[in-house]
Amino acid sequence: MSALAFAPERQPLPARPLVTPSHQPIATLNNITKRYGTTVALDDLSLSLRPGEVVALLGPNGAGKSTAVKLLLGLIAPNSGTARVFGIDPREATTRARVGAMLQVARVTETLRVREHLDLFRSYYPRPLPVADIVRIAQLQGIEDRFFGQLSGGQKQRALFALAICGNPDLIFLDEPTVGMDIEARRALWQQIRSLCAQGKTVLLTTHYLEEADALAHRIIVINKGRVISAGTPAEIKKSSGGRTIRCQTRLSREFMQTLPSVSNVEFNQGTVVVTASEAETVVREMLLRDESLSGLEVAGPALEDAFLALTKNQ
Amino acid sequence: MATSAITHPIPAATGFVRTLRIFGKETKYEFLKLLRTKSFSLSTIGFPVMFYVLFGIANRNAFAGNVHIAKYMLGGYACFGLIGATLFGIGVGVAGELAAGWLELKRASPMPAPAYLFAKCASAVAFGLIIVSILTAIAVSFGGVSLSSTELIKMFGMTIVGSISFASMGLLLAQLVPANAAPAIVNLIYLPMSFLSGLWMPLRFMPHWLQHIAPALPTYHLSQLMLHIFGYGDSMSLVTHWNALIGFTLLMLGLSWLIFHRKEQNA
Repeated sequence: MSALAFAPERQPLPARPLVTPSHQPIATLNNITKRYGTTVALDDLSLSLRPGEVVALLGPNGAGKSTAVKLLLGLIAPNSGTARVFGIDPREATTRARVGAMLQVARVTETLRVREHLDLFRSYYPRPLPVADIVRIAQLQGIEDRFFGQLSGGQKQRALFALAICGNPDLIFLDEPTVGMDIEARRALWQQIRSLCAQGKTVLLTTHYLEEADALAHRIIVINKGRVISAGTPAEIKKSSGGRTIRCQTRLSREFMQTLPSVSNVEFNQGTVVVTASEAETVVREMLLRDESLSGLEVAGPALEDAFLALTKNQ
Repeated sequence: MATSAITHPIPAATGFVRTLRIFGKETKYEFLKLLRTKSFSLSTIGFPVMFYVLFGIANRNAFAGNVHIAKYMLGGYACFGLIGATLFGIGVGVAGELAAGWLELKRASPMPAPAYLFAKCASAVAFGLIIVSILTAIAVSFGGVSLSSTELIKMFGMTIVGSISFASMGLLLAQLVPANAAPAIVNLIYLPMSFLSGLWMPLRFMPHWLQHIAPALPTYHLSQLMLHIFGYGDSMSLVTHWNALIGFTLLMLGLSWLIFHRKEQNA
């Protein structure tokens, strides 16, 4: 029921005033193949980021998400295909002044204070944000003077987020930004990512938290084994998994319910029936007409998780 | 969308000042980090100081010909100390930052790569100078060692030269050695090399065969350059020692460069 549970959380993303069909993507991967030895990390993968949008790169561990980010950061080179950021090869250092990154770092210099880390990273950029703004955005109030080694897992992630945004970049890569955060901290960071988007920043986010992609992204690109297996808005991704689920207690027979329009699946589970249908309203109306004793009705949109499992299972 | 960063390039002077500031901050925080990392600062400063107190001061009244052993050992332990600070600071330090992904995050930022190398090198030099200053203070106060101001300045100069030279070895080790094994491997290289080239104990007190090995080691040539300041050098010419030290540094830098580029290409 995660989709229902999350519905109140899902705040509307800022509209994309900057995205018009004519807008050129600001970052692209074109037919990228990347091998590590004999392992194929990315297999003819293409994606593009348009200005002002939040794109989630969603996939299980080892799908190639981090590899895609590193290519766009110019940290690694593809075996074939091209990467472009702001129109040039990201291996050219000039793109980096406009890019911020939060990578999965095993250990950060622990004997420097948060404030010192910020001071250093800010100095790298031509037009950094004021420290007070960074502290507020990344919610580091009260821990600026702590040593990095003294921070909790969630605080460390927030400090790394602060380093990613401190240069006021136009394009931000967040590789698994909420790993190790509790729910509250995660939601708080989501809020910050939304406000980055509101300022017209472009964000590429990798995650294997499905609800994170659902809550944040304008577009989701599902990848598995180095290939794009699906791409679209969260709603489209969910739709492609085959409809909503209806739960209730009813006297109606399985055979009857299977004849209702658009029903794709009927399951009985301890006296509760679970019907999957794309036209849920029609099916519910019919069921209520046929069974006045019907009770315990719930209708849920598909959790993105289900969509995701359905998509990756067919691989 | 703010495209100003590209359409309005920053004036050159500002860019230069900003680059200088990055070098400064990078160096400041590298030094602070090392100073606060007790496992580094206590051991790299503590060991040479402890050894010198134990073996150097014990020889305060010992002379071999016109060689004051306590002063001779000051030269040896100065080299021992500065090499330790450099190999641990750079070799172990960079290996750790590579393995943790921290260096990758810095490379993804607009940090100029030379600033990173400069900061590591400058911090190694700073620690070398701190160690040599402490050793000298102990030698003069408790070891009966007398140093002219020229000798002192030359010692500091040689400390800077030695730190930069061995920084090249640190850089190479950092790329070859897995981070979790780095401290052990550095010790396995650094301690025998120090002993075999007479940094702990004057070579003349060691077996003959061992004295023949010493000239094959870069540590030996650095220590001879240091001892030469006191007039305690061996019979080899200064030029030979300089050539050996420079050759060693260039070899290490060349190998580091090769390995770095091979990794870049495979990346």
